[in-house]
Amino acid sequence: MALKIVKGSIDRMFDKNLQDLVRGIRNHKEDEAKYISTCIDEIKQELKQDNIAVKANAVCKLTYLQMLGYDVSWAAFNIVEVMSSSKFTYKRIGYLAASQCFHESTDVIMLTTNQIRKDLSSPNQYDTGVALTGLSCFVTPDLARDLANDIMTLMSHTKPYIRKKAVLIMYKVFLKYPESLRPAFPRLKEKLEDPDPGVQSAAVNVICELARRNPKNYLSLAPLFFKLMTSSTNNWVLIKIIKLFGALTPLEPRLGKKLIEPLTNLIHRIYLFFSQILHHLSAITLVCFSWLIAFLFFITVLISLSSGMPNHSASIQLCVQKLRILIEDSDQNLKYLGLLAMSKILKTHPKSVQSHKDLILQCLDDKDESIRLRALDLLYGMVSKKNLMEIVKKLMLHVDKAEGTTYRDELLTKIIDICSQSNYQYITNFEWYISILVELTRLEGTRHGHLIASQMLDVAIRVKAIRVFAVAQMATLLDNAHMLTGNTQRNGICEVLYAAAWICGEFSEHLENPMETLEAMLRPKVATLPGHIQAVYVQNAAKLFATVLKSQEGNTDSTTAQEASQLMIDRLPLFVQSANLEVQERASCILQLVKYIQKLQQKDVEVSEEVCALFAGELNPVAPKAQKKVPIPDGLDLDAWINEPPSESESEDEQPKAIFSKEEPKHSRPRHTEVDEKELARRREARKQEQANNPFYIKASPSSQKVYQETPGVEHIPVVQIDLSVPLKVPGLPMSDQYVKLEEERRQKERAEKKKKDKKKRKEKRSGRGKKHDSGPESEEDITPAHMVDIVTEEMPENALPSDDDERDPADPHKKSSKHKKKKQKREKEDKEKKKKKKHHHHHHHHGDKGGEESVQNGTVEEEEPLPRRLISVMLTFIFLFYSFDRKAYDIQGNLQDGSQVVVSVIFENKCDSFLKSMEFNVLDSLNSKLQRPEGSGPHDSLTIPFQLPPGVSNEARFVFTVQSIIMPQKLKGTLTFIVKNEESSTHEKLDFKLHFTCTSYLITTPCYSDAFAKLLESGDLKSSSIRLEGVNMPFHHLLARICFHHHFSVVERIDSCASMYSRSIQGHHVCLLVKISSQTVSVDAKCDEPTLLGNVLDEIKQTFSQC
Amino acid sequence: MIKAILIFNNHGKPRLIRFYQYFAEDMQQQIIRETFHLVSKRDDNVCNFLEGGSLIGGSDYKLIYRHYATLYFVFCVDSSESELGILDLIQVFVETLDKCFENVCELDLIFHMDKVHYILQEVVMGGMVLETNMNEIIAQVEVQNRLEKSEVRPFLSSSKSFPLIYVFGFSQVSAIKYSLSVL
Repeated sequence: MALKIVKGSIDRMFDKNLQDLVRGIRNHKEDEAKYISTCIDEIKQELKQDNIAVKANAVCKLTYLQMLGYDVSWAAFNIVEVMSSSKFTYKRIGYLAASQCFHESTDVIMLTTNQIRKDLSSPNQYDTGVALTGLSCFVTPDLARDLANDIMTLMSHTKPYIRKKAVLIMYKVFLKYPESLRPAFPRLKEKLEDPDPGVQSAAVNVICELARRNPKNYLSLAPLFFKLMTSSTNNWVLIKIIKLFGALTPLEPRLGKKLIEPLTNLIHRIYLFFSQILHHLSAITLVCFSWLIAFLFFITVLISLSSGMPNHSASIQLCVQKLRILIEDSDQNLKYLGLLAMSKILKTHPKSVQSHKDLILQCLDDKDESIRLRALDLLYGMVSKKNLMEIVKKLMLHVDKAEGTTYRDELLTKIIDICSQSNYQYITNFEWYISILVELTRLEGTRHGHLIASQMLDVAIRVKAIRVFAVAQMATLLDNAHMLTGNTQRNGICEVLYAAAWICGEFSEHLENPMETLEAMLRPKVATLPGHIQAVYVQNAAKLFATVLKSQEGNTDSTTAQEASQLMIDRLPLFVQSANLEVQERASCILQLVKYIQKLQQKDVEVSEEVCALFAGELNPVAPKAQKKVPIPDGLDLDAWINEPPSESESEDEQPKAIFSKEEPKHSRPRHTEVDEKELARRREARKQEQANNPFYIKASPSSQKVYQETPGVEHIPVVQIDLSVPLKVPGLPMSDQYVKLEEERRQKERAEKKKKDKKKRKEKRSGRGKKHDSGPESEEDITPAHMVDIVTEEMPENALPSDDDERDPADPHKKSSKHKKKKQKREKEDKEKKKKKKHHHHHHHHGDKGGEESVQNGTVEEEEPLPRRLISVMLTFIFLFYSFDRKAYDIQGNLQDGSQVVVSVIFENKCDSFLKSMEFNVLDSLNSKLQRPEGSGPHDSLTIPFQLPPGVSNEARFVFTVQSIIMPQKLKGTLTFIVKNEESSTHEKLDFKLHFTCTSYLITTPCYSDAFAKLLESGDLKSSSIRLEGVNMPFHHLLARICFHHHFSVVERIDSCASMYSRSIQGHHVCLLVKISSQTVSVDAKCDEPTLLGNVLDEIKQTFSQC
Repeated sequence: MIKAILIFNNHGKPRLIRFYQYFAEDMQQQIIRETFHLVSKRDDNVCNFLEGGSLIGGSDYKLIYRHYATLYFVFCVDSSESELGILDLIQVFVETLDKCFENVCELDLIFHMDKVHYILQEVVMGGMVLETNMNEIIAQVEVQNRLEKSEVRPFLSSSKSFPLIYVFGFSQVSAIKYSLSVL
């Protein structure tokens, strides 16, 4: 025995221990790897020995080598041996090694189960502690399942040291073996009130982690946590609890209400304390550190609380103020945390953060990248039309200066995010934006080439006005392609060429020199680009070719066209040899085509038209929501089974709802739904395919669009004609900076014009104008876009139903026929005239006595002609006094679709100088008339108007009403609620109005021939009535015109001072009038099959004339 | 949750690594290199928080670090941890090391990696904060050290009964003594 010990100690003397190993490695800096490999050999020898001390020493050394990156999993079994030593010293070494290198797929782990169980129940608390610590690092589902019970018992151990470890490890056990949560939870909850603060903290820690995954199930613990929060002195516990409340309150608003009071008080208290310390100490020390932590977390939780409750803007204001002080602090950590908290507030209360724009911009120049990144995040919510260019310019400077690619890429994505947010809302000059994008292509080694490319495509496709400019820029890009592709194959920026080639091809009619671009696209160097880009090159070269042919058509000298064909034939074979199938296929196809064309050219056959026809038609973007909007045809029930589902044979026992989310998945789901989902996905795919192939899918017919989607749109906004001395001809790449200056000049000009206008207005001394928008500081809303850019929104499917969540009316004014547009404008003009008349009590002006009648008749006919047979236009005019600061006029036109449906178009015009948004329209339904609301909403819900109104802009929204009886006039009460937003504040406003459905509005202008009219009168079905109008002082034809215009009648016959008129209601009532005038008295004899209707119409006519 | 704790020196040499999520050894080394690269280029007077490590976690993860003389202490944490809290924790950890090693320096960490691990185990367990009270941590570490000594002492006393000095000469014995005192 003694000899054995001697032998052991002698062995040990030759062994290196950890210190020797470290020293050895340090002494062999040159051949470290070699030295370590000899050490590993030694270790292997040592591990073969029986002496546990030697083994432990070897394992300890292995742990060190593992840190240096050596794989030591081969010694896993020896580690287990050391773990099972009875001595704490060795056990600890073994568990440490295991925790460093064991993982779920280490197979020896299953040998450890019994050993660990033994250690857990060891009388020595440190054996247990070491086992728990080790287990926390390498627990597997099997171990968790086998040991869950043992650990649960340990949660009630007498020693707090074990209790807290057991509680903490339970989280790991839950993760690996979710079934253990339910039985363990009551005990875990108990531990929240453990006398030992360490155990308490551990329990809070675990529950917070659990709640992060599934907060709903922990709502019931809220009262307990509330108690803890008010009593605990441990900052760690406080932080965790507050974080937990942050996760819980969105689920239970009542909780927030309860919390807000104590928290606001605490913030004040803590802040007071904190600021006192700040006064005494220049730097943040540990003393106030923990207070500060708590302070920041109160802020965080306040934010999450108030997101559920809008009324706490005061507390938020408080937070933001305090945060500002933090951000202004010289301590970088505080600055960072302040910004972090700010960005959380920005999500829920953008208003309150926006006022600190200056501060954020300042942080953008900080030397610390982390702070700049945070500031960048905040910037997203800070931009406006006014400052976008300035901010982006600043960012571009940073891009140039940035060193690391990560930060530069981040900048790039942020620039694009900021510019493209909410449908390019803040971009006033798209030329500028294109220039920015082109400038960004000069970045080397960025990963975001595709992002720039997709922006270029998006802008070029959707902003028609910019195409000429975009095409020119893209042509330059193509010409300088070598600059982009120069460096490496991996260079992501070459994606931009994809966009450039496509834009140049698709909009080639705008190209100044298509031949040159064609040449650039067919350069041999193109073959080094990635396949998908080459494919686009080839296809678009063909488009360009078509354009060249077209431009040369009719030209007697056909050399250019022939040169183009020759160029194609010379260069395309390079692509035919491409390894990429797509490129090869397209190239060979186009090559043959060009060869054929060349033959025809030599015979002097004109081919350009046929070639162009290959690429005719416009490609339009389809809205992402389009699929959702396709209305379900009548009689199709998507939920109905086509084939009966297989009966559920397997009955699974319903598991009660678990506290832990992971408990639920997979098992309980019946199998057939999974199959069904697959099937659905397949069908969806098939449908998509079909739609893609269906040429009628994308285009919606104008008639169907008209009903819902027509907007008076942007084309009616007065376009400011400015002399843009555009520096576009500058060869090479554009400089976005120029635009900033130009924009500034433009705005100044606009302001000057506006001033002039204002002066004029003042001269006219219009009463009722609330505020004069005098020069003053330029407000955000004053800025109008530089050139009128119509953002072509994505197309929606035919018959798409309008719904509340639409951000904008999905209309595309350009899709409509020009005739239609003209018509629309005309109508608009009439409206305006009418309005003018009402306001100024002018006479309706029709020039010339005899032309008058004609014009009336024409007017009537034209009014009716373009409208589908059953669409009737009804005019209602309202003028409201709008709030206290401005006057607002609404024009309402209604369209009738059938006997019971009325479409009321309301033109909203914003006449104040604030931004109006979140407009909601609501009408109090009467028994007779009801506003049609989208399915699923209640009878009193309001409709969201799908647009916002910048100052001076008008837009039209349509509402459908169902009307039962039309014989009586109706007044519907309604309210319009909206948010008035200007630089400083935003207020919620309400506007009450009455919607007046006159009986006239149900009348439809219908022409009638005199013989039919005579028959109608003779039929005897009609009841008669009559009125007399005194003191009408106007020519007879004016009188008739007025009746026609306001009351939708048409003149049947006119003999001297006597005329017969006819109209029809939407429900088919005939209304006949006989109008006679003698001196200043007008008598109207009327007949109608519905006396009530007739009486009302006559009353309305009377009213019209009493007004003049 | 804490994903990983890395301690390395100004040259990026690891002094302690503790991953609470499994990564293969080469990946671990890569993470250390990347982290070192990110952290080392930052000035001392900038903030202690860093986003953008691509290897661990992604966007939800943050590096919170402190630089003490020649060593960087880096904690990689997810969003459930508070930034200042972790910063405080690093301080607690370093102060504990300072107490246990009596004016800790890089060499202590180099030669006693195992001991540093044992101390860390009393602060963080399985990625979750176990104890933040420095006195409590030190007390537990000391109890365990005493326990270890009591286990090793009998061996020491029994081996001392043999006149080793005659067998191996003085230098060898001092080596033993050194190694034992360290343990």
